Amino acid sequence: MTDLTTRYLGLELRSPLVASAGPLTGDPSMWERLEQAGAGAVVLPSLFEEQIEHESFAASFAAEHGADMHGEATSYLPDLPLGEVGPARHLGLVEQACERLSIPVIASLNGTSPGGWVRYAKHLADAGAAAIELNLYDVVVDPEVTSADIERRYVELVEEVRAEVSVPLAVKIGPWFTALGNFAVRLQAAGADGLVLFNRLYQPDIDLDHLSVVPRLTLSSSSESRLPLHWIANLRGALQCSLAATTGVHDGADALKLLLVGADVVMTTSALLRHGPEHLQAMERFMRDWMHEREYDSVDELRGSVSRENVPDPQVYERANYYHVLHSWAPAPRR
Amino acid sequence: MNPEIVDANEAVAAVAHLVSEVIAIYPITPASSMGEHADQWSARGHVNLWGAVPDVIEMQSEAGAAGALHGAVLRGAMATTFTASQGLLLMLPEMFKIAGELTPTVIHVAARSVATHALSIFGDHSDVMAARSTGFTMLCAGGVQEAADMAAVAHAVTLETRVPVLHFFDGFRTSHELNTVRVPDADVLRAMVSDDRISEHRLRGLDPDRPVLRGSAQNPDVFFQAREACTPFHAAVPAAVQEAMDRFAGLTGRQYHLVDYHGTPDADRVIVVMGSGAGAVREAVDAMNAAGERVGVLALRLYRPFPTRELLGALPPSVRTVVVLDRCKEPGAPFEPLHLDVLSAMWHSEADAWVDGVRPRVIGGRYGLSSKEFTPAMVKAVFDEALADAPKNPFTIGIVDDVSNTSLVWDPTFRTDHAKVRAVFYGLGSDGTVGANKNTAKIIGGNTDMSVQAYFVYDSKKSGSTTVSHVRVDEQPIDSSYLIDQATFVGVHQWNLLETLDVLGVAAPGATVLLNAPYPADQVWDRLSADVQQQMLDKGVRVFTIDAASVARGAGLGGRINTVMQTCFFYLSGVLPQEEALRELKDAIKKSYGARGDVVVERNIAAVDQSLAHLHELPLGASITSTRHRRPAVPAEAPDFVQRVTARMLAGEGDLLPVSALPPDGAFATATSQWEKRTIATEIPIWEPDLCIDCGKCAIVCPHAAIRMKVYEPAELESVGVEIKTKDFRSREVPGMKLTIQVAPDDCTGCGVCVQACPAHDKSSVKRKSINMQPIGEHLDEECVAWDAFLRVESADPAQWDPASVKTSQLRRPLFEFSGACAGCGETPYLKLLTQLFGDHTLIANATGCSSIYGGNLPTTPYAVDDDGRGPAWANSLFEDNAEFGLGIRLGFEAQRRTALGLVERLRPQLESAMGADALASLLDGVDDNGEVPIREQRVRVDALRAALRDLDDADARRLLDLAGTLVRKSVWIVGGDGWAYDIGAGGLDHVLGSGRNVNILVLDTEVYSNTGGQASKATPRGAVAKFAAGGKGIMKKDLGLEAMTYGDVYVARVALGASDVQTVKALLEAEAWPGVSLVIAYSTCIAHGFEMSRSMTQQKLAVQSGHWPLYRYRPSGEGDAHPFQLDSAEPSVDYAEFASSEARFGMLARSNPDRSKELVDLARTDVATRYEYYRQLADVQRSAPGHASDTTIADSEDGQ
Repeated sequence: MTDLTTRYLGLELRSPLVASAGPLTGDPSMWERLEQAGAGAVVLPSLFEEQIEHESFAASFAAEHGADMHGEATSYLPDLPLGEVGPARHLGLVEQACERLSIPVIASLNGTSPGGWVRYAKHLADAGAAAIELNLYDVVVDPEVTSADIERRYVELVEEVRAEVSVPLAVKIGPWFTALGNFAVRLQAAGADGLVLFNRLYQPDIDLDHLSVVPRLTLSSSSESRLPLHWIANLRGALQCSLAATTGVHDGADALKLLLVGADVVMTTSALLRHGPEHLQAMERFMRDWMHEREYDSVDELRGSVSRENVPDPQVYERANYYHVLHSWAPAPRR
Repeated sequence: MNPEIVDANEAVAAVAHLVSEVIAIYPITPASSMGEHADQWSARGHVNLWGAVPDVIEMQSEAGAAGALHGAVLRGAMATTFTASQGLLLMLPEMFKIAGELTPTVIHVAARSVATHALSIFGDHSDVMAARSTGFTMLCAGGVQEAADMAAVAHAVTLETRVPVLHFFDGFRTSHELNTVRVPDADVLRAMVSDDRISEHRLRGLDPDRPVLRGSAQNPDVFFQAREACTPFHAAVPAAVQEAMDRFAGLTGRQYHLVDYHGTPDADRVIVVMGSGAGAVREAVDAMNAAGERVGVLALRLYRPFPTRELLGALPPSVRTVVVLDRCKEPGAPFEPLHLDVLSAMWHSEADAWVDGVRPRVIGGRYGLSSKEFTPAMVKAVFDEALADAPKNPFTIGIVDDVSNTSLVWDPTFRTDHAKVRAVFYGLGSDGTVGANKNTAKIIGGNTDMSVQAYFVYDSKKSGSTTVSHVRVDEQPIDSSYLIDQATFVGVHQWNLLETLDVLGVAAPGATVLLNAPYPADQVWDRLSADVQQQMLDKGVRVFTIDAASVARGAGLGGRINTVMQTCFFYLSGVLPQEEALRELKDAIKKSYGARGDVVVERNIAAVDQSLAHLHELPLGASITSTRHRRPAVPAEAPDFVQRVTARMLAGEGDLLPVSALPPDGAFATATSQWEKRTIATEIPIWEPDLCIDCGKCAIVCPHAAIRMKVYEPAELESVGVEIKTKDFRSREVPGMKLTIQVAPDDCTGCGVCVQACPAHDKSSVKRKSINMQPIGEHLDEECVAWDAFLRVESADPAQWDPASVKTSQLRRPLFEFSGACAGCGETPYLKLLTQLFGDHTLIANATGCSSIYGGNLPTTPYAVDDDGRGPAWANSLFEDNAEFGLGIRLGFEAQRRTALGLVERLRPQLESAMGADALASLLDGVDDNGEVPIREQRVRVDALRAALRDLDDADARRLLDLAGTLVRKSVWIVGGDGWAYDIGAGGLDHVLGSGRNVNILVLDTEVYSNTGGQASKATPRGAVAKFAAGGKGIMKKDLGLEAMTYGDVYVARVALGASDVQTVKALLEAEAWPGVSLVIAYSTCIAHGFEMSRSMTQQKLAVQSGHWPLYRYRPSGEGDAHPFQLDSAEPSVDYAEFASSEARFGMLARSNPDRSKELVDLARTDVATRYEYYRQLADVQRSAPGHASDTTIADSEDGQ
């Protein structure tokens, strides 16, 4: 029997296939289906500090909107208990998932303020999350802010959270760092138990009829897994911490490739949204067949076997396709 | 029972909710919040004494509520309702029945003026006095604590006596006053209401297991005797009430009597009064007795049955003059009702019961109508009058009656208000001042042993309204039932109010004044007007200043200055030690805002911490440095009435106007809003001519007619004398013209709807539109000059073009302008458009509601007139009768026209001779001509007729002269909101829809009762929360249009201006042209929907795109192959959830009850799909309008009369 178990953030997972943060993992009716379909772990949707703030202001808006403006109407909306404004609802979701699932439940957090990251990470840990994924995502548009500032801030943030919570920490980042290797090593030094590569971010679109900007976030395609594949291959040898591949993982082949370059787990959202949680079974089946055919006994065996440090020509990762295209008619240089 | 800081409505509702199983409600000011509380408590699962959640049901009217109440109590349930004013009048028929059947119930009434020459939402006893013959026991409470307590007594007494109780207290003064109150709790109520009596009541209930018949019809043989059979029950009431009051005293320590005397035992003058006025009288009595006079007051709590014996027993034998004060007016009666009751009681007293063996004389007068101030100074004047040998009787007090000379003169310097802290705060409705003061009252009341009273006065505007908060704090209970006029603290929360109101007029000498000044402290003195500087020096006040908006912004609170100003009040007022005050304030912030999340709490606490660092004492200048004076309320060119009367009201001096200043019949001149320059916007739209595409959308959507559009000859630019922005007008029909779009800067509310609607972008920067919001300070002076010049530009005659377009409609002058509606109001653009299209020949019947308030609430009137002095003639009758009222106007017009036509026939020979036969024939052909030009031409013909008639020496000619105007087309538009059309007025509306008469009906559908604060109506959509539907409306909105279509001959349109202005214009024109009944249902975005109102029009578009509001027109036609239904909007293209999530009315349910929200939104999604499909099929249906038989009532008689 092929052994699919893997270690991620120090957690033993029965499979490297992880359902990543998204609408599916936010729907409690899907949890058991994901577990039964073979997910090694689930990452719940991010608790967004910005969202909590927005809800706070929405509650204030509802309470103050038109209040005390006229003798006949001291308010215009009923005084309703709007439920807990703040993290409680989200924390309840985490607690509930931890209670119902036997696979590890990883909570995700996107903060906006230094205090917020630490405060909410502690809340998530207290709610029972097996690990916390810090979803480092903001769009920095201020031209006065340097990339060094941003990296320093992120590293400090990981240090601050690390100092306050004891559960494993994963850090999910985007690919747009000039020196990703250096930054990844610093994150690891700051206390990250793993890196999740990469975020897929909101990208605005233009409505040509109204000349307006509209938010778009489309489901990923398999081709998008090349970017995490590339960087995991490059980073695997330089990092001791766990690596998770996310974005563009649609089938068993995508998953295998990412494991081969060094990922400890592969995370998928779009494919499960398209095909349902049971798609995990098909992915797993493909992986098992492939491994069986090639007589791989375990994920441990194949993990990283095609990473940069384990390929005969590492330059293929360093210059990648650009190099190859330019020189395809000539023999590859020896190193 | 710990003290709470609540108003009477909340306290009374709390009692009623605990002792009721069924609560039938309907919104009416000032009683609405009782129903709102009850509904919310039931939605949250609060239970009554018997462990069940009371069933709170909103009915279609107060008549409906009373009917449901009647049924519930006759079944043997414990039931109640809340109402006021017209609502109580609608309940009267049921009340006779309920009392006649000896069925226990309590109706709680926040007593309010009944509409007569005008509607008034404020308090007096004219409503409850109209109910005094119903057979109900009537209990009156004089203050907030009393109202809570009398509510308990009322529920106990009705069970004991079987006689239903009307429990009343003064609207606003008591219903809305926050005070320190101990609300009777469940234990007290359990001890008050007898289980045995409840059991008897239940057993009397209708039940097929032990059937009886109620409501029989009786004949002369027995009715009379049977009517007398109830007498012992009513006779037992006074004793039962006193017994309940005594039992209540045993439970709470608060002892009441049917009548309570206060004053010296040897008084020679005693005032008899009911309600909150007793508070002012008691204060005056104490002060006068301390000064050596001998006076007293007798506060009446039981009014029906009238406690003759108790009243006589309570009066000191020494009394020489009894003065009865009535808070109502009954024209034609010998005296007002309480006065007559006391006279009759006195008749029962033996002469020898009185010192000197002489019955005291009884005089009386009217006070406090419509919440008119009633102060201890006025009381003293009344007592003084009672010393006169020939006192005025009846008199009035509180006004200057220079017509009938009934009024007494009072000395305003007689004051008795000794509350330790007397604070008055001036703010705007939008700045949180009132909310902060409510919070302050709760902090003081909840954390100290002191008593607190807070009362709030609002002006009549819904946008930019001024609020004045009156807060008293004292060691003793406070029942000063009048406004503060010697404040120890004055908070001016809005700098602009220093310019428009005499805000320091209330400051006592040496008072502390807190100014929110948007200037550095060292500049504040010089920026004050000379008037204010003088007052500050004269009164020796200490002035503190803070730039609260800047502190609030710094703390992340945007423009909400309430926490900043509240902090400064606590710090300066000395009501609590400073450190303790700030600690309590922070605790209160955590409590008040905790439910909104940490970030809101943290920011408010940061505001507290930052406030004191920015608070500065203002060194008063040694002398007046300013040369500027407060600007006059109206400009000098305003007409005489506006100068003499309107301006006083605008300046807050309406109380000083004498009777002679006011029209006796409620008829006011229109077109006065133009003189009220409010300047309430912080940003105004500025036009960029180079980008403009002449579409007129900015003007058509403007809720306040503050953006105007004119097309004119280029020469006009020179004639106006100043440079105004202009561009070439793009028109094939009228080439060479210029166009200007201009904002009225003082009248704009800054809502931003125009900018959202503007479709023209700069090609190089899409954020720059053809119209953009800019800070008013940078543009005010320049735009005021431009506006004045714009008004002088002579517009080209738009009748040259087809009127059926958006653009040309906006070239007509709006005859509805600058109303006080909410900024961004979704209703007013329709009314404005209606007046642009038909205003010069339209009569409007307006149902009570938002549109009658912004349309007709003094001081100013937004309906305007054109250059010829023509404009909409507007009237509001009631809420429930508007369709019938409008139909009556139409009938009146048609009757007059028939008379006129008959007179023309009689005078035909003379007229043909004078005018020519052809001219007369043209005149008669043109009586119903529609359209701008034909109507003008007909007016010319009618002028010729008038000229001819003036030359005839004939009585018929003189009669026809009066009626000649009826020979020009007149339109009747019946206007109202959904509360009227879907609910309270539905029966009448249906009747009018079926009448076949030529009336037009415009329903401004906001999907809630907007005016009273957003209560659900049958127009409220599924899934929305509203007051009275706090759990989310579970059933689908009524399809009013489909109902109307069943008649087949009614023109019906459903429009949404923000989705299709073209369709809206078409629908109004078609409705006007249709010679039968027309119904236009207009989607009207409203503040009660819960979104930023700058999105008013885009939200309408979303409503249409999501299928929430499909557009259509049903155009009846007599053609056999007619397809009258035309669907004007496309299939839903936006998911319903997207629409729903953009409005708080839906979003709140998603937060408070996510499962129900999801269920209802899913159902609503199905609703819209099903409805659209149904409409799509309707569009295929072939239907010919039914033919009309001539109606005998309008057939011409043989002789043409």
